[in-house]
Amino acid sequence: MSEIAIHVEGLGKRYRVGERERYYALRDVLTRAFLAPFRRSQRRPKDYLWALRDVSFDIRQGEVVGLIGRNGAGKTTLLKLLSRITRPTVGFAEVHGRVGSLIEVGTGFHPELTGRENVYLSGAILGMKKNDIQNRFDEIVAFAEVERFIDTPLKHFSTGMQMRLAFAVAAHLEPEIMLVDEVLAVGDLQFQKKCLGKMEDVSQSGRTIIFVSHQMNQIRRLCERAIWVDGGRRRLDGPAKEVVNDYEAASLRMERNEIEQMPGSVAFRRWLIEHTQSNRLDLDDIPGKVVVKFQAVVKTEIPKGILVVSLRSDENAILWSAMYPDLQMKPGPLELNVSFANLPLNPGVYFWEIRVHDGHQWFDHMQVPEFSVVAKTDTDVYGYLKGALNLDVSFDLLDQTEYKLERS
Amino acid sequence: MSVTAETPLLAKPPVFRITPPSRWWVLPFSELWDSRELLYFFVWRDIKIRYKQTAIGAAWAVLQPLLTMLIFSLFFGRLAHIPSEGMPYPIFYYSALLPWTYFAGALQGATNTIVDNQRVITKVYFPRLILPASSVLSGLVDFGISFVMFLVLLLYYGIRPTVAVLWLPAFLLMAVLTALGVGLWLSALNAIYRDVRYVLPFLVQFWMFASPVVYPSSLVPTKWRWLYGLNPMAGVIEGFRWSLTGRGGPRGPLLLASVGVVIGVLLSGVAYFQKMETTVVDVV
Repeated sequence: MSEIAIHVEGLGKRYRVGERERYYALRDVLTRAFLAPFRRSQRRPKDYLWALRDVSFDIRQGEVVGLIGRNGAGKTTLLKLLSRITRPTVGFAEVHGRVGSLIEVGTGFHPELTGRENVYLSGAILGMKKNDIQNRFDEIVAFAEVERFIDTPLKHFSTGMQMRLAFAVAAHLEPEIMLVDEVLAVGDLQFQKKCLGKMEDVSQSGRTIIFVSHQMNQIRRLCERAIWVDGGRRRLDGPAKEVVNDYEAASLRMERNEIEQMPGSVAFRRWLIEHTQSNRLDLDDIPGKVVVKFQAVVKTEIPKGILVVSLRSDENAILWSAMYPDLQMKPGPLELNVSFANLPLNPGVYFWEIRVHDGHQWFDHMQVPEFSVVAKTDTDVYGYLKGALNLDVSFDLLDQTEYKLERS
Repeated sequence: MSVTAETPLLAKPPVFRITPPSRWWVLPFSELWDSRELLYFFVWRDIKIRYKQTAIGAAWAVLQPLLTMLIFSLFFGRLAHIPSEGMPYPIFYYSALLPWTYFAGALQGATNTIVDNQRVITKVYFPRLILPASSVLSGLVDFGISFVMFLVLLLYYGIRPTVAVLWLPAFLLMAVLTALGVGLWLSALNAIYRDVRYVLPFLVQFWMFASPVVYPSSLVPTKWRWLYGLNPMAGVIEGFRWSLTGRGGPRGPLLLASVGVVIGVLLSGVAYFQKMETTVVDVV
């Protein structure tokens, strides 16, 4: 059995409510200090929020562990504790080895510095030695595909180029333990695939990795084990496939009180492709016609509203959108079927979004989980020129002689 | 040649223990030493970006003290006839503005450094002490540039430095440590109370008049001089004047008091900063 890389015992982090969002003005502190004698006894436990509580686990060397859970479940807090960015309130953790944390791409990038200078700066901030950066510099630049611009100030880079460079630096860190937070969601699909490949290489090199992602396919593909964090506690821990399946099942059946808490007069709680009864569309047995079922609960009657369904790319660009005016809904369960004659998409990750106007205001419903389109044969056109659409096309080359005749 | 083969993992990797903040602070010397390269990179970044997209660039490092010196010489010297211990006014004022401009700039940089770098410190760990330290060090480049200007002034007025000039590095070190000590306090406070940002300009202005920048400290009555010396910048500025021109002479009690205060401020600053370091990420 390999040795322990991370040992976590009873770890907890408590924030004062609102503490993370605001900073204090001296006035507030003076007021509080002045009023303190009068209300010390009134300090209620609900002024505090446990972002993480009573979490214990062991991770062995070379394990690749996925950390899943909803927003605010405590995943990022856990990563921040393990990478020593913030300190725990109770409990402790022992980390055997140097930790590289990748909580944000482009940490420490400065727009006025050139690409080259930023590679050195960001590398140093992430914990690389100058010699390491020098040795791997060409590799980093080649990976980011920005050779031609490396001596231009970063502010002239496109966002995509900045992201690629940032990831490339981070991907060439070589600590014993790597903490990765959601950074694979960068760049275009092609680059994401490259990043994923790089992460696979890294995970096979014997490094210990903790990996946070909302894209369950990535967790399935990269991790052998997954830890599901819910409400600051460890809810499930085991083989990645099982934990992810349970997690997906649970996020589909939302609790009743959660529906009550959702804003708006109508709560869209799940969606699936009718043909496959899942959130995946396999293009190899594409049925031509695709029916997407959205299930909702109407909380209050909408006499006259508007409904808009949109399909977004993983970069949040709207790929398609349609409006349903004159919406009339009575309280109770509801099913909305959206039928497409065909859905010509390239393999990738997409999102459904539903916006409802209930007569007073708009409500957004970003649909979880994501919509993944897969295919055995992934038709790439030299990688770069890949779009979202996968349309049937035919080319006709006109004979040049005819062309010339037409012009004269 | 680039190394593509995976470097073998260390046989015995270092072990970090992550625990709640303790009530006692320990200065992590080995960690700070390991981060010296990062300190260098932060200093290098500060210097690189300081005069980016300015028309005259590093000339500002000379212009700022030079113009202030001209104004002081005109108003405090020619019009108000403040005594200058026998030095020409430009020399008298520029020799004080050298350390003072450095100090004021370094203090301002150090105070804002935690807030300015909040994106970085909430995303990655390194000893936070490096940030104020790098602002204080990067100011030395400007100091160097304006120092060259001072040598030109000395030449022009035909003043030849005496052996006292050997003391200059000691006084410079004192200015650096004062800026660092106070900067540590203010940067930690600024992370929690943004009021510090607004208080700082007044503090710097007030501090300048509490230091012998526009007047010689000989104007201060002798019996109060030890109290005056509690302001470490008083010792620094008197020291600069003396070591650069050989005139004026350092005053023992004043200097001793200054050194003592610098050490006190620095130690308490490091202690307070270390204490804040553990929680600053949660509130910044």
